[in-house]
Amino acid sequence: MTVSPRSPRAAAWILAAAVAACAGPGLAATAAVPAAGAWWVWPLALFFVSFTLGIIAVPAGVGGGVLFVALVGGFFPFHLDFVRGAGLMVALASALAAGPRLLRGGLADLRLALPLGLLASASSIAGAMLGLAMSPSSVQTALGLTILGIVALMASARNAELPRVAAPDRLSAALGIHGVFHDGASGRAVEWQVHRTPVGLALFTGIGVLAGMFGLGAGWANVPVLNLLMGAPLKVSAGTSSFILSLVDSTAAWVYLNEGAVLAVIAVPSVLGMMLGARIGARLLTVMKAATVRRLVLVLLLFSGTRALLKGLAIWN
Amino acid sequence: MPTTETSDALRVEQRLYARLLERSAATGFAVLVAGFAAYAFGWLPAHVPLERLPELWGLPLRDYLRATDAPRGWGWIAHLADGEFASLAGIALLAGASLLCLGGLLAVYARRGDRFYAAICVAEIAVMLLAASGVLTTGH
Repeated sequence: MTVSPRSPRAAAWILAAAVAACAGPGLAATAAVPAAGAWWVWPLALFFVSFTLGIIAVPAGVGGGVLFVALVGGFFPFHLDFVRGAGLMVALASALAAGPRLLRGGLADLRLALPLGLLASASSIAGAMLGLAMSPSSVQTALGLTILGIVALMASARNAELPRVAAPDRLSAALGIHGVFHDGASGRAVEWQVHRTPVGLALFTGIGVLAGMFGLGAGWANVPVLNLLMGAPLKVSAGTSSFILSLVDSTAAWVYLNEGAVLAVIAVPSVLGMMLGARIGARLLTVMKAATVRRLVLVLLLFSGTRALLKGLAIWN
Repeated sequence: MPTTETSDALRVEQRLYARLLERSAATGFAVLVAGFAAYAFGWLPAHVPLERLPELWGLPLRDYLRATDAPRGWGWIAHLADGEFASLAGIALLAGASLLCLGGLLAVYARRGDRFYAAICVAEIAVMLLAASGVLTTGH
C-alpha cells in the first residue's frame, strides 16, 4: 500500500503518531525521575512533544502556548513555575516568527493591535507577578479551571468569517481603526471596521492578566473578542491576535526572566520543537480536516485541564 | 470606511515593523540556538551541572533559586560565560525584539504627526522597559 505524503491518510497517520508522542512521555512522567547523568532524556522528550504540539496547533487554530502549559504542566516532572516561563517563550517565539508575514499581508493590523496590546501587556505584568507569588496548588487549581473554561469557549464559540459592522464606535473612529485586506481565498479586497472598542479594551486587560499568570498565549481569548465582539474579520482577528501576543508575551516574559523562572534546559527545546512542528502543521493545513484536529485538541485540553484541577486539589498527584 | 490612499500609508508602517521584527527575531533565534548548543554539548561550563538538573527542576522557583544560588534580575549578564546564561541571552533578545520595532514605529508616527499612536508607542515601550528593568519583583 502506498500513501502519498500529502494525502489525508498520511495526515491521519502523522496525527496518530503525534498523539502517541504526546501521551507517551506524559504517562512515563508519572513513573520515575531519570537517573543522574540522563538529564537529556526529559529535554529530548520535551522537544518531541513540543514538535507534536506545533503540528497540531496550526490546523486546530490555537496557539501553542495553551497546549504546552496544559500538557507539560500536567505530565512532565518540571515545576509549574518553569513550565509557565517556557510556555510564554513558546507563545512569544511563535508570534515573533509569524509577525512579519502577517503584517506584510495586512492580516495583522497595527492600529487595531496597539491600543489593545498596550493594556494587555501592562496587565500581564500584574498577572505574572500574581502567578509567581501564588502557592503552587492555587496556581494549579486556577490553571485547571481556566483550561476547562477554554474548552467550553472553544466548543461553543462560532466565529464569523466576515462580521457585519454597521458603523464604527466613536473611539475606533477617532483612532482610525479600519483597514483593507486582500483575501487570498476569494481573491478580493475586504474592507473592515470595528465597534464596541471600549468593551474590547476592558476584556483585553483581563486577558493580559491570564496570559501573564499562566504563561498562556491567550489567542484562544483574543480571537473571539476581536471577531465576535469587535467585528473584525476572522482572518484579521487571528493575525492581529498573534501580533498582540508578541507584545503581551514579551512583557510577561521579562518578569519571568528576571525572577529566574526561565530555565534554558526547558525553554529552548520547547521553542525549537514548537517552531519546527508549526512549519509542518502549516503544510498539513491543506490536507487535514481542521474539525477533526480541533476535536482532538479539545479532548487533550479537557484531559489536561482536569489533570491540573485534580493536581491542584491534591486528588491526583 | 478607509480609502485606498489611507491604507497604503498605513502599510508603510506595517512594512517597517515587519522588517525590523524579522531582523531582531532572527538575531535572537540565532543566539538562542548557538547558546543552547554550547550549553548542552558542554562547550561552555554550566553554573548548575547538567546532571543535577533532574533533581532540581521539579522544585518551586523559590527553592530552586536557593539550591542553585542562581542570579536574579540582570545578574545573569555577569555569568554569560556559563552555558545556561548564554542561552538566556537569546531569550532576552527575543523578549526585547519588539522594543526595536516600537522605536521605529514611534519615529514614523512622530514624523506623521500622529500624536495619539506615538503616545501609545511611548507607553508600550515604557511598560516593556518597566518589566525588563527587574524593579518589579515577587520577593522570591
